Amino acid sequence: MNKIRDILNTMEYGPAPEDDKDVRAWLESHKAGFGHFVGGRFTQAKGKTFAVTNPANGEKLADVAIADSADVDSAVHEAAKALKKWQALSGNQRARHLYAVARHVQKHARFLAVLETLDNGKTIRETRDIDIPLVVRHFYHHAGWAELCDTAFPGYEAAGVCGQIIPWNFPLLMLSWKVAPALAAGCTVVLKSAEHTPLTALAFAEICAEAGLPDGVFNLVNGAGETGALLAGHDGIAKLAFTGSTEVGRLLRRQTAGSGKKLSLELGGKSPFIVFDNADLDAAVEGVVDAIWFNQGEVCCAGSRAIVQEGIADRFHDKLRARMEKLRVGNPLDKSMDMGAVVAPVQIREITARVEAGLADGAQMWQPSWAQAVTSADGCYFPPTLFTNVAPSSALAQEEIFGPVLASMSFRTPAEAVQLANNSRYGLAASVWSQNLDEAFDAARTLKSGIVWINSTNLFDASAGFGGYKESGFGREGGREGMLEYLVPSWQKKAKALAESEPLPAPVPTPGGDTAGLDRTVKMYIGGKQARPDSGYSYPVTGKNGKHLAEVGLGNRKDIRNAVEAAHKASGWSGMTGHARAQVLYFLAENLELRAAEFAGRLADAGASSSVARREVEASVARIMHYAAWADKYDGAVRAPDKRLLTLALNEPWDVMGISCPDEAPLLGFVSLVMPAIAMGNRVVVTPSQRQPLAACDLYQVFDTSDLPGGVVNIVTGDRDSLADTIAKHDDVAAHWYFGSAGGTELVERESAGNLKAVWANNGKARDWFDSSQGQGEEFLFRAVRIKTVWTPFGV
Amino acid sequence: MSPGNAPTPGVARETTGSQLVSLAPVHKRNTGTAFLPAMFENMSVNLSATERRVATLATRRTVKKAWQAAWLIRAIECIDLTTLAGDDTPGKVERLCAKARNPLRADLRKALGLEDYDLKTGAVCVYPMMVATAVKALEGSGVPVASVATGFPAGLTPLKDRLAEIRYAVGEGAAEIDIVISRRHVLTGNWSDLYDEVRAMREACGEAHMKAILATGELKTLSNVYKASMVSMMAGADFVKTSTGMEAVNATLPVSLTMVRSVRDYLELTGQICGFKPAGGIRSTKEAISWLILMKEELGNDWLKPDLFRFGASSLLGDIERQIEHNVSGRYSSAHRHGLA
Repeated sequence: MNKIRDILNTMEYGPAPEDDKDVRAWLESHKAGFGHFVGGRFTQAKGKTFAVTNPANGEKLADVAIADSADVDSAVHEAAKALKKWQALSGNQRARHLYAVARHVQKHARFLAVLETLDNGKTIRETRDIDIPLVVRHFYHHAGWAELCDTAFPGYEAAGVCGQIIPWNFPLLMLSWKVAPALAAGCTVVLKSAEHTPLTALAFAEICAEAGLPDGVFNLVNGAGETGALLAGHDGIAKLAFTGSTEVGRLLRRQTAGSGKKLSLELGGKSPFIVFDNADLDAAVEGVVDAIWFNQGEVCCAGSRAIVQEGIADRFHDKLRARMEKLRVGNPLDKSMDMGAVVAPVQIREITARVEAGLADGAQMWQPSWAQAVTSADGCYFPPTLFTNVAPSSALAQEEIFGPVLASMSFRTPAEAVQLANNSRYGLAASVWSQNLDEAFDAARTLKSGIVWINSTNLFDASAGFGGYKESGFGREGGREGMLEYLVPSWQKKAKALAESEPLPAPVPTPGGDTAGLDRTVKMYIGGKQARPDSGYSYPVTGKNGKHLAEVGLGNRKDIRNAVEAAHKASGWSGMTGHARAQVLYFLAENLELRAAEFAGRLADAGASSSVARREVEASVARIMHYAAWADKYDGAVRAPDKRLLTLALNEPWDVMGISCPDEAPLLGFVSLVMPAIAMGNRVVVTPSQRQPLAACDLYQVFDTSDLPGGVVNIVTGDRDSLADTIAKHDDVAAHWYFGSAGGTELVERESAGNLKAVWANNGKARDWFDSSQGQGEEFLFRAVRIKTVWTPFGV
Repeated sequence: MSPGNAPTPGVARETTGSQLVSLAPVHKRNTGTAFLPAMFENMSVNLSATERRVATLATRRTVKKAWQAAWLIRAIECIDLTTLAGDDTPGKVERLCAKARNPLRADLRKALGLEDYDLKTGAVCVYPMMVATAVKALEGSGVPVASVATGFPAGLTPLKDRLAEIRYAVGEGAAEIDIVISRRHVLTGNWSDLYDEVRAMREACGEAHMKAILATGELKTLSNVYKASMVSMMAGADFVKTSTGMEAVNATLPVSLTMVRSVRDYLELTGQICGFKPAGGIRSTKEAISWLILMKEELGNDWLKPDLFRFGASSLLGDIERQIEHNVSGRYSSAHRHGLA
């Protein structure tokens, strides 16, 4: 029997395994088990441990210690101890360290690739060609940010000790996305590796030691959810960054509510993959391979929902099936595999359950002819799977599967494609395939997702922000926007606590008011119209020396509901040009200035000295002009990962935001928050100073004379925190700015977990609204937008 | 199309094929179709996506050890050993034909267990004036002679002369004719004239198989390449071929992927089969393997045989010989250890 002749007949590929002997030797040298990496040293693997297995064949690779609260304490302590010196290094010195880490990772590239493949089950092609090169790129890029941090972010400093929790799907890559920006910003880190896949993080710790990173700057603890909760709940961390499921993200949002910790969450997705009828269909089919059969579909931004134009859907599915038949699934160390092993048996069960539910829902399933061999093989293998005829209401279309399963549905018009795409609680990424750039850019603009890939998918670069809309989380990783997640305004650390406000007076008649003039009724302002409170109750507003000034409507949840609806209807505002919005704001400033004396009088009534009152009005006019100026200038950026990749960081509004104004500076506080929000195209539901709402309420007359469209600013008066509670719980509000008490911050952050709205809160700390370094600036603009990264490869 | 490669996790599928390796054509010749612009006119090929696909073709698949050796043998069988130079002489052509009959050193064939295997190149490719010499030199070998024709490489002589040239080469004994298409018809979007010309050439070829050279380096855009390829197939080309070897840019993987996909679409739309020949600039074993992977992945195993796949190359064979020696001996080889073409 001649082998060569046999192969000449079959023209098979044959096995091509990557050699793993050096990695095996390394594992053997750690046979005693891995501890944690704390203060530059590895701890003994004592106490409870867990076994790490190779999902390709179930063999045990290592024992790893589970961090308990003492371990987490000690790691946070070491990180805190190292913080001051690390932060005190010059940007150049920190850059040298990050550069060294990048270099050392690069030197061990193949070792890390093989180790990652053994631990995670993803193919050696991906770890070798995608994961590890991106890790290296991330550290190099952020060595640059370390160098430039002081000049690029004046007035900012490191957030402090960071707790970071990473998932198992891209273990080392997610580590780099977390660690590199933190270290560049001057933070120190305690990272918790994922329970299925701790090994490359442990190797990375050794590499940090090899590269001479100062002790305590990078600390690593291992364990499962309990360890993560210990880290997230630790008082010693100032910032928590998490990548993982939406479910856990929600838990962490609640757990950290009111703690003052900065939080960024990169969560789940059900990302649409839209194919228009003029797309290059073969290119789009290959895109699907890179979207849902990349990393066994265990990708948060996987294009898992194909939305295909009806006229070409059959042809597209035929091409897709032919392509699927050619995929190779098997030993992830084999260099000729398209898919390796799913991370663990539990994940196979999860995927299987969802697939079975999909079948029960009536969708049509297709798998390649060889699928059975994959399913029945030893190890965690799942075949590539296509569902067609999937209804948007099916769980297949709604819920994240985190496996190699594509759910496909059809659309008729471009608008319907976007409507279907946006019909999801998630909003991480979207892929759009069309040879018509009008069509593609129009979709890119209207899709609600943090990333849009035009005629491409799963492109990543350290210079471009990555992160989601809606329940896919908030915060960005990569680029300038990613750095801001690890920085805080320098003044903030010294901010004083505000006095807790007293409860509002009872909403009952209060004799003794000023009855000299014609009775003035202060109303709420919803959808451009004055509105009486739904409750039918009013509460008294008192001024200087307890003087009764007016009765103000006591807003309730229905007023907030109405205001949110009105704000949604005012979508035209977000579609206006920055120039047009600027004109409205300038007009507003002009009209406020005309009535400056009247507003100063209101503020003086409320308790300000007449000079302070005058100053507050002047400052308010100036602030409106400040954001009028920005309205057509805070316009995003162009990233440059490649010269034939137009990569845009677009600043998009949240659409509808809630704003809870502070008690202090009743006019200036309101203006300082509302103006940047609407300048960026948001429509807002705002509760003015609960104690002194009169000046803000008077503003609606100014709005009415300044061409501000109805519904852009909606004012609901009443008890700040009970209204904030309703806003925080409203699933159709995407962001909430809260400036009140520490208790209110806790409330808002906790309740915002429902739809994971982005919250910006003051934690009960004072802010000097008159000081332009605190009361205005990029911080406000940055918080008023969400960044959408649009990738467009081009060329002929 | 043949069924896809059905992989089994962890292990390569056991091979159970017959010991007889047959390279005989199994499909019917493409007869072409009427001129149907709907088959191509809306096609727009995305360059970046095409480049991404070809960039990962050879990183997603590889062949090692015995598989590598076998694939290299197959590459040899698919080579159109070519000489198309102004200084070609009968002596040079005879030398080339000798190499086509005997492309690999006997000891290497023996080491691979192929001592009684009829190993030869896919064809020998020459100018029309050299056809007679080549036919004589290859008599009894089973190696067909291919001739370029139609005013190669520019194709700007009068049509009647181009057709006469085909008839001449066929008359001299060429079994395959590599024609060049009129690039000007592509660049001006004059598809029906392109169709008519290629149709006429196909008729002139008669029994000889026709390869249509698109000269893709001069068509510039992948959409042009796709359309020219589709029109050539509709006009009856047995093969579509990338280049003359004389353009500034010759065979590239993106262009090849585009043409291969047009072959697939043509099959899907008409049920007819067409071959593919990348030519020009393919010099290394590594590139050859990439092209074989491309064919297997995008079209299937039927396109891994010389009746549907050819390399147009002159120096590729030398590199393959060296690689086979390395595969057999574990030692890196030298060119002077292998017989010249």
